[in-house]
Amino acid sequence: MLRFLFRRLLMLGPVLVGLTAIMFVIARLLPGDPVGLAAGPNATLAERAALAQEFGLDRPVWDQYLSYVAGLARGDLGRSLMTRRPVAEDIAIYLPATLELVLAAMALAIALGLPLGLLTALWQNRWPDRLGQVLAIGAISMPRFFLGLLLQLVFAIWLMWLPLGGQLPVVTLPPPRVTGLVTLDAALAGDWATLGAACRHLALPALALSLSPLAAILRMMRASAIEVMAQDYVTAARALGLPRRKILIKTIGRNAVSATLTVIGLYFGWLLGGTVLVETVFDWPGLGLYATRAILSQDMMPVIGVALVTGLIFVAVNLAVDLAYGLIDPRVRYE
Amino acid sequence: MTAGTRPPRPAARRPRALRRFGRNRLSLLGAGLVALVLALALFGPLLAPYPAHVAGGIDTAARFQPPSAAHPFGTNELGQDVLSLTLAGARASVLAGFSVVLIGGTTGILIGGIAGFLGGWIDEILMRLTDLMLIVPNLILAMTVAAVLGPGFQNMVLALALGWWPGYARLLRGEVLAARERPHVTAARAMGASQARVLVRHILPDCVSPVIVKMSLDMGFAILMVAGLGFIGIGVRPPVPEWGTMLATARAYMPDMWWVAMAPGLAIFVAVFGFNLLGDGLRDSLDPRGGR
Repeated sequence: MLRFLFRRLLMLGPVLVGLTAIMFVIARLLPGDPVGLAAGPNATLAERAALAQEFGLDRPVWDQYLSYVAGLARGDLGRSLMTRRPVAEDIAIYLPATLELVLAAMALAIALGLPLGLLTALWQNRWPDRLGQVLAIGAISMPRFFLGLLLQLVFAIWLMWLPLGGQLPVVTLPPPRVTGLVTLDAALAGDWATLGAACRHLALPALALSLSPLAAILRMMRASAIEVMAQDYVTAARALGLPRRKILIKTIGRNAVSATLTVIGLYFGWLLGGTVLVETVFDWPGLGLYATRAILSQDMMPVIGVALVTGLIFVAVNLAVDLAYGLIDPRVRYE
Repeated sequence: MTAGTRPPRPAARRPRALRRFGRNRLSLLGAGLVALVLALALFGPLLAPYPAHVAGGIDTAARFQPPSAAHPFGTNELGQDVLSLTLAGARASVLAGFSVVLIGGTTGILIGGIAGFLGGWIDEILMRLTDLMLIVPNLILAMTVAAVLGPGFQNMVLALALGWWPGYARLLRGEVLAARERPHVTAARAMGASQARVLVRHILPDCVSPVIVKMSLDMGFAILMVAGLGFIGIGVRPPVPEWGTMLATARAYMPDMWWVAMAPGLAIFVAVFGFNLLGDGLRDSLDPRGGR
């Protein structure tokens, strides 16, 4: 198992280099005028040249790429033309908000998706199952940004139960920064009022983001539970007269979860790169908003940085999923 | 086929698949919704109650009228009938989604087919590239390319297609690897069929069903992505009605003039729902074993 882990970690290096190469090719070889956009319409030619030189944009692309990769080894992701700050520092500010959102959404999706999937498998082809299937396909088909707008309209404007957007009320001071996740930091500081406010702000965007992973997890869990229920060991457990609850949770549930883990891992990665729309709707100060602003001003260093960081987390989560297989299913061997 | 020994393959299974498809009411609903959306894409502008608004005409006297008999979904900030714009908007969304799936799918099929068929170092290189592209966040990639190339229909399609092929490459490679070992392929080889003929005539037909299923499921997803790009403001140019762009504009007037957002949002949902139901039904009837 340690060897498996070590080999997979060794592969991260080439993956990072490959990712930067792809992003560089796309970002640098396409036409565009990032310097002109950053310098502003009134900049003189000399000012623009100085800016290009300061950010190394006057050098050939392969040269820029090599120095970027060299910087990457030191954890340097380059500097943003837009904020004039190191990209790594910017990402450190915006990443926690996105992580918080994705974690909340995935927690919701898993907590509801797994049991619902198991239940609909039990009721296979009866009306609750059929209804669940239709609702799941509907949930996957719902555009997140439209759902976000609807949630805002109903819960924030008509019912006034929950806030419209943002991470905290404007008047609330954010809790001392430890992890960067506002809810966790508030809890660590023992500031329950702030924790409550943070949770209320988190609720709607997390709900909007969680619907399609929830549906995907439900469907996967149902499919694999149906497969597991046909296995001989489930029949054996029934014949032995084990309590139904125990069979459902221990025998069927546990065996069906391991197939569902893959979907969970994949969705975690997709959500990280797909929060853009939900963050836009709810003014959530995360990576998506940062990337959007950078993209619209053709400021490529932050874009490459965001793609790298989300790609890296995606790979890491899928590695964690592979390791989790072994914890849930002792028959899994790592080679 | 000269030998006439073709074993019953997907081609022979299809009538049965059609019957299975017809028995599932949800798949039929999906097919109906897709037919409706396709009809709108073809004739939407003709069906619009206010064709002048679709062409770009405005009516400032009738701004932000709430839903009524004359305007079932109200009017927008320019006094245009929201229903008319939404009906006409089907064209941009469906055409863009279809082009993305077609271009991305064809590229992926070529890459995956070549990788699986030739094997060796070509397979290795192509598949590592595919793995890398799967890691790049799709939406961010598409936004980057679309933003740099500038707004416009073709640029948006290109930007989305660029990140669309890896799934097809993986799918096709797996299918080709499996098909390569089947007896009818070995038989064709033994009879002296050329490489190209074996690939086109004997291997690719075996891979058609999963590709159709994936394309149908992907159509819904592509329409979602197109609308998403429109919502961020990098999509089709404004005078052309497009659902995502309409929603973005509506959001600016959201709390009070909420109805402006309803028709385009529902339209996206209905179109995507239809394609997903259809794809699901196709998968169940063409490939009963494969679950997700």
